[in-house]
Amino acid sequence: INAEYGLLNFAQTKNKMFGSDILPYTPIDQIPDIVQSLKQTFKTGKTRSESFRRHQLHRLLDLLNDNSQEIHTATKKDLGKPAFESDLGEILGIRNDISRALDDLSCWMAPKNEGKGFAMITDQVQVIYEPLGVVLIIGAWNYPIQLILQPLIGAIAAGNCAVIKPSEVSAHTAFWLTQTLPKYLDPDCYRVINGAVDETTALLQNRFDHILYTGNSTVGRIVMRAAAEHLTPVTLEMGGKSPTIVDASADIRITARRIVWGKFLNAGQTCIAPDYILVHSQVHDELIDEIRKAINDFYGPDVLNSPHYSRIVSQRQFERLKALIDKATTQESESKIVCGGESDSSQKYIAPTIIDNCSPESPLMSSEIFGPILPVLRINNIDQAISFINDREKPLAIYLFSRTSSVIERIKSETTSGALLVNDTLLHAVVQDLPFGGVGESGMGAYHGQRSFEVFSHKKAYMRRSFFLSQLDTLRFPPYSNSNLKWLFAIFERTYSSNKLTRIVREFLALFIFLTSFILNFVLKKFA
Amino acid sequence: INAEYGVFVRSVGVRTAKQTLSKSLPFSSSARSSVMALTYTPIDEIPKMVQKVRDTFKSEKTLDVDFRKNQLRAFYRMIDENTDQLIQTVHQDLHKPKHETLGTEILLTKNEILHTLNHLSSWITSSAEKKLANINDELIVKHDPLGTVLIIGAWNYPILLVLQPLVGAIAAGNTVVIKPSEVSANTAAKITELITRYLDPECYTVINGAVEETTSVLEQRFDHIFYTGNSTVGKIVMRAASNFLTPVTLELGGKSPTIIDHKVDLKIATRRVLWGKCLNSGQTCIAPDYVLCHTSQYEKFIAELQVAHEEFYGANSQTHPDYGRIINQRQFQRLRGYINEAQNEPAASTEAQNPNGTIVFGGKTDEGELYISFTVVTNISPEAPLMQNEIFGPILPVIKIENIDEAVRFINSREKPLALYLFSQDKHSIEAITNRTSSGGLVINDTMLHLSVPSLPFGGVGNSGMGNYHGKRTFETFSHKKAVMRRSFAFSQLDGLRYPPLSDKKFSWLEFLLGEKASWGSLSSSSSSSPSEK
Repeated sequence: INAEYGLLNFAQTKNKMFGSDILPYTPIDQIPDIVQSLKQTFKTGKTRSESFRRHQLHRLLDLLNDNSQEIHTATKKDLGKPAFESDLGEILGIRNDISRALDDLSCWMAPKNEGKGFAMITDQVQVIYEPLGVVLIIGAWNYPIQLILQPLIGAIAAGNCAVIKPSEVSAHTAFWLTQTLPKYLDPDCYRVINGAVDETTALLQNRFDHILYTGNSTVGRIVMRAAAEHLTPVTLEMGGKSPTIVDASADIRITARRIVWGKFLNAGQTCIAPDYILVHSQVHDELIDEIRKAINDFYGPDVLNSPHYSRIVSQRQFERLKALIDKATTQESESKIVCGGESDSSQKYIAPTIIDNCSPESPLMSSEIFGPILPVLRINNIDQAISFINDREKPLAIYLFSRTSSVIERIKSETTSGALLVNDTLLHAVVQDLPFGGVGESGMGAYHGQRSFEVFSHKKAYMRRSFFLSQLDTLRFPPYSNSNLKWLFAIFERTYSSNKLTRIVREFLALFIFLTSFILNFVLKKFA
Repeated sequence: INAEYGVFVRSVGVRTAKQTLSKSLPFSSSARSSVMALTYTPIDEIPKMVQKVRDTFKSEKTLDVDFRKNQLRAFYRMIDENTDQLIQTVHQDLHKPKHETLGTEILLTKNEILHTLNHLSSWITSSAEKKLANINDELIVKHDPLGTVLIIGAWNYPILLVLQPLVGAIAAGNTVVIKPSEVSANTAAKITELITRYLDPECYTVINGAVEETTSVLEQRFDHIFYTGNSTVGKIVMRAASNFLTPVTLELGGKSPTIIDHKVDLKIATRRVLWGKCLNSGQTCIAPDYVLCHTSQYEKFIAELQVAHEEFYGANSQTHPDYGRIINQRQFQRLRGYINEAQNEPAASTEAQNPNGTIVFGGKTDEGELYISFTVVTNISPEAPLMQNEIFGPILPVIKIENIDEAVRFINSREKPLALYLFSQDKHSIEAITNRTSSGGLVINDTMLHLSVPSLPFGGVGNSGMGNYHGKRTFETFSHKKAVMRRSFAFSQLDGLRYPPLSDKKFSWLEFLLGEKASWGSLSSSSSSSPSEK
């Protein structure tokens, strides 16, 4: 996800001390106290009990159910988001994760028994999930509700206290969240802090037990460097140019519609939106044709007045996107706008724009577009697509449209990306059991569903032994002897076999030999 | 694990370990003078070496699972065929008894290789759970190699801490740059020689050196960094990693507390504590650092320690073949400082108490041999240096506690430790420690054994580290979990539900298809338990 590029170099036209007219900023000198108060709460153990976590999750669900109108209004003001998109893109995912968490929380929290060799037969071997402490969640403006609340579910479910920092760019939503959250969630445990560069910098100087940041890789680096000072683990959810490959074997009509939907949802301001298309020359013309048709079907001939199409978040982003369109048409010989290209500065509107035959060196291809502009590049075979993708940073998602198994297999094994979705766009993000996160420049760590719980938990190795059979201890205690060592190896050394059955039989045999000879040895010593 | 504190402090222009050692130390180290020269990697070679393995990764050589398995088999042979030489080099570095090297370093590394070979094929892809809406889709999680990874080892287990992570890095299909600790110079030289001989040199390369070399290595871009050492250097590693957004696994150390509760089989408990503390002369990241002993067991525990010590090492551990030595002069002087600061006799009155404690057992040192005897310190203030820093040597402070709550408070007032050991047969105590303290690992009624269980995650939390490994988790540490979803073009009529023009009716259908259905029980409690604040 490409957050406001300006988070840390945002031209501060707004009043530094008080924030914007819409969103009052948290006074910087109060930030350490807020973090400290949450640390105190965590120490009391309040957030640890399952019933407390459940209650807070219920309250979060109530918050969504009671306020769908308010959420529509706030996201409409910030992004011109249609209510449908806001329900689908913001609320559905959170509701799913809460329901899942409420269903499975006791199961997630329960210690997991882990496999043990026969040497540990009398021991209890488990992994215990425990809360980390006070965690920080920094959201982005493009999905201003979801990117804050979805991680928060994991933080609550795992028993942590949390500081929430919504993006100041989506000011209306941030303001609404700041007003509403304390009415539902325990304000001793969960606090909202607002602000821009100065506030975020002050916030990052505090010690947290985990930081989950959604945004761009420039700020991601700053967050990680700040985290290093306190050895705080980080989850970084960033973006990148997610390629979309269209193979000749695909159903072009369905493909075009699925791409158009994924690209122009939220006016392209989606971290996993298809960034550019690599299309097989054979189906190139057909694809362009179908894309035009799909845009027309979806938004009608007059997109500007369609209620189903979003706006660009800020003037700054609008100017950046407009410049990309202008450069694409004037400077390049081959490439041309085959659809869209219009814009309206007063509404921050940019039409769904297709730029055909885009050159790989074009500014459009050098950074994440994060807007409704879709460059199309031709390829002649799948090798070309693979080397094109592998020459660039690892993307957050790769979309492949193909019916040919060998092509799918090759993309699957020869490219790396946060996710690979074959024959559709975006939908992997709503599957709770798939990890959502990037790799390399597109991020580190993953969440959604049970993984959100795991992100905010420490996996403690737990082993409980008894004082029974302590005679075996002498094998490992000094003075050391060769015979003791042989015994130790007999118990602990593993054997290699590709056949599972052989392995089990071997283990049992070893166990049997070991136990009988050990008892014999013991008895003999006693009576000798 | 507390690596050489000096890694980032010392910088000398001489690029072999033997020379830098004698140059940086004001003391004559007769015991270490037999050090084999470890040739440092020329700094201008480092970027080229990293680039070379990076290029190999791009060639897709390591994507092949059979290739990885063959490398792991060669890896196993490498250890198996050279066990005696490895034991010898570790003995030169740490005077580590042969049986300790075999039982910890060699056995655990071999087990990791075999465990990985046994299971690798089944680890690479796993399927994810489906719901109604995905009935027609294929959902899997595929483990992709990350690329070129860096493993930085520590000197206290110079084989295990470099080679165990290497197993997972190879298994996951990465190319690897290995940086053994230059402090355990003999082992580093041996490992360099063996890896070059047994493993594919295009894929796996060893870089040797101290501060300057490590700094230069960290300036390169990696796809994962796995560091074992101390938290000061851990921060430097993470800061360097942030420039390239490289994920890190940090295996650090900390003061691992050991609690002796009132209800306990003291004879067995004492021996298990002593074993853990004296293994490798206390230079183990998960060694019991200090003991919190229940008042009722206090006198008996101190007495039993001495009996057990005699059983283990006889009257004089200095001449016993199974007792190790301290790695170098620098560490020796640090440890001897603790002993010198403590007093030898119990003070007559409480006012005369030395805050640095009283030595009730041991306290013998021999600089020439870098020998420090097992030493028990009592009556120590929690603010004393010995109770502030990780000890990483055979000195054991014992502190009296009145009850288990006091132990919980004591532990929670400090940084989260890498391991916590509790000896108790009292259910209440076990629960209190399990639920109210946080540590990398928790072992009840033994020390250190959790390290040998491949199914348990090994790693710290907070100041003791981040990330974990061992067994399957080593493979996962060096893998990217790629979400793979495959849809078909069938049932594309349903697509219309999510496409504009949009309507409420469409959304209710979508919600029905994609929405998680909470079970009745989990939602019904909402109305009863939540006080309405609106």
